[in-house]
Amino acid sequence: MLNYVLGRLLTFIPTFIGVTLISFSFIRALPGDPIQVMAGERGISDERYAELAAQFGYDRPIYVQFWEYLTGVLQGDLGNSFVTKRPVWDEFFALFPATLELSICAMIFAVALGLPAGVIAAVNRGKFFDRALMSTALVGYSMPIFWWALLLIIVFSGNLQWTPVSGRIDLLYYFPDPTGFMIIDSLASGQKGAFTSAIRHLILPTIVLGTIPLAVIARQTRSAMLEVLGEDYIRTARAKGMSPGRINGIHALRNALIPVITVIGLSVGTLLAGAILTETIFSWPGIGKWMVDSIFRRDYPVVQGGLLLIAVMVMIVNLTVDMLYGVINPKIRKR
Amino acid sequence: MENALSAEAAAASERPGRISEFWFYFRENRGAVIGLWIFAVFAFLAFFGPWVAPHDATEQFRDITLQPPVWQEGGSWSHILGTDPLGRDMLSRLIVGARYSFFVGVVVVSIAATGGIIIGLIAGFAPKWLDSIIMRIMDIVLAFPSLLLALVLVAILGPSLTNAMIAIAIVLQPHYVRLTRASVLSELQKDYVTSARVAGAGIVRLMFVTVLPNCLAPIIVQAALSFSTAILDAAALGFLGMGAQPPTPEWGTMLAEAREFILRAWWVVTFPGIAILVTVLAINLMGDGLRDALDPKLKRS
Repeated sequence: MLNYVLGRLLTFIPTFIGVTLISFSFIRALPGDPIQVMAGERGISDERYAELAAQFGYDRPIYVQFWEYLTGVLQGDLGNSFVTKRPVWDEFFALFPATLELSICAMIFAVALGLPAGVIAAVNRGKFFDRALMSTALVGYSMPIFWWALLLIIVFSGNLQWTPVSGRIDLLYYFPDPTGFMIIDSLASGQKGAFTSAIRHLILPTIVLGTIPLAVIARQTRSAMLEVLGEDYIRTARAKGMSPGRINGIHALRNALIPVITVIGLSVGTLLAGAILTETIFSWPGIGKWMVDSIFRRDYPVVQGGLLLIAVMVMIVNLTVDMLYGVINPKIRKR
Repeated sequence: MENALSAEAAAASERPGRISEFWFYFRENRGAVIGLWIFAVFAFLAFFGPWVAPHDATEQFRDITLQPPVWQEGGSWSHILGTDPLGRDMLSRLIVGARYSFFVGVVVVSIAATGGIIIGLIAGFAPKWLDSIIMRIMDIVLAFPSLLLALVLVAILGPSLTNAMIAIAIVLQPHYVRLTRASVLSELQKDYVTSARVAGAGIVRLMFVTVLPNCLAPIIVQAALSFSTAILDAAALGFLGMGAQPPTPEWGTMLAEAREFILRAWWVVTFPGIAILVTVLAINLMGDGLRDALDPKLKRS
């Protein structure tokens, strides 16, 4: 087991360096000179240009710049945003809880509906329920979520006026945010209506972001269940007279969960990609919207740092899933 | 052309029933057949859209902007699905828009699959050190969420449909590399490869003639699925303003233009999305059918 963990950790290092190299070189390849961009419309004198280039290190050889970037990254220094002048690292972690809150809610939504849907479909294989659920799942899987978001806004915010269109909470509430999670903070603030307002703001983004993971989990659960239900030990349990509920719920589902957990873990990348669209549409102040805005504003250090942090986060989650997989399934460890 | 036909005929006589067997299993899946029909219509519109469309996609009927579809009050038969904020005919724009999505799918899948298959073959045949280097590079690309990476790539290359296609192809390619490499590694264990090697087949022949045809089944399925991913991603980039630029009637770009009218004119938002959804759904249905028909493991059950 220790060897397995160490082996996986070792492959993490070159990937990390590669990811750093990519996010570093992307920004050097972007059109426009970063210093000219910073100077803005008025332009800049040649002396000032040279001074700034020296200050940011753009006048040194590219490998020196990369080395300094890499050592800076390892110390949590990703440079400062051109627009706000604040450290990218601080901005990222100030906005990250908003994305995390939304992603967790979306994942809970997806698992809470996807697992039962997959199990029901597998148990009723080929019957009406199976067909209906799997057709719905395929529609969800094919959904352009930016359009889905607009549709939900038309129906629930426009026609029915049930949910707000954008943001995390109504503007009339203001309270400190020690955790960064609006649900917890609004509850802790004790202000009347703050918690319901936060929940109402969360509903549509959660549904939009959770739709594709929901469809993927339902499909995966169904196929994993079908595979397990064909095993001999299930037939034995059935022959012993065990009730179908017990067989499906305890014996089959538990073993079907292994591939499902992997899919859940691998959905984190999907969630972050989906967060870009969802947050842009609902003006959700998380890292997805932050990245899109920065790309449009040509805020290079933010794009660079955000890209790197997001990639590292996905890598850490994938690594954790791999390790968990090794814990659950001993066959993998031995390889 | 004649050569291709005779080659096809030769292949058919060589392995009688291989295609008909595939068709037999594919036909059993009703959803896949429906998907195939919808895809055929989509492909037809992609080629002949401008001739089929009732109006020019860019013609502006200035006095009837935001006209609702025909079944609503104020609608008319000359603009069945209504008009957009500039008075352009929605139906015509949707029909002409089919070619952009189709084009995106074809180009992205061709680039990603060709590149991915070649790199995957090299990785599968290469010594271990080269294999590890290639796979680590693929891991690096896969560590970035696909849409984010495509977005940054487009920001570098400049927003346009061509650059969006290149970006999406780069992002999708690692999946083909992994798939091809995995199939190659399992095929290399088999006896027929050894005998071909003993018979003196060169490495290029081994790669492309001996091994590759036996790895194609999962790659074909992946091609179908990434066709739909490519359409979705291109539409998403268009929606974010980083794909096709207005006034191109690309479906995602149309949605982005329509966003501000979302509460006043539901049809300008609804129809482009339905077009994307139906197309992607049809391709995914086909992909599922392909997988079931090509995967011998599922056939038996």
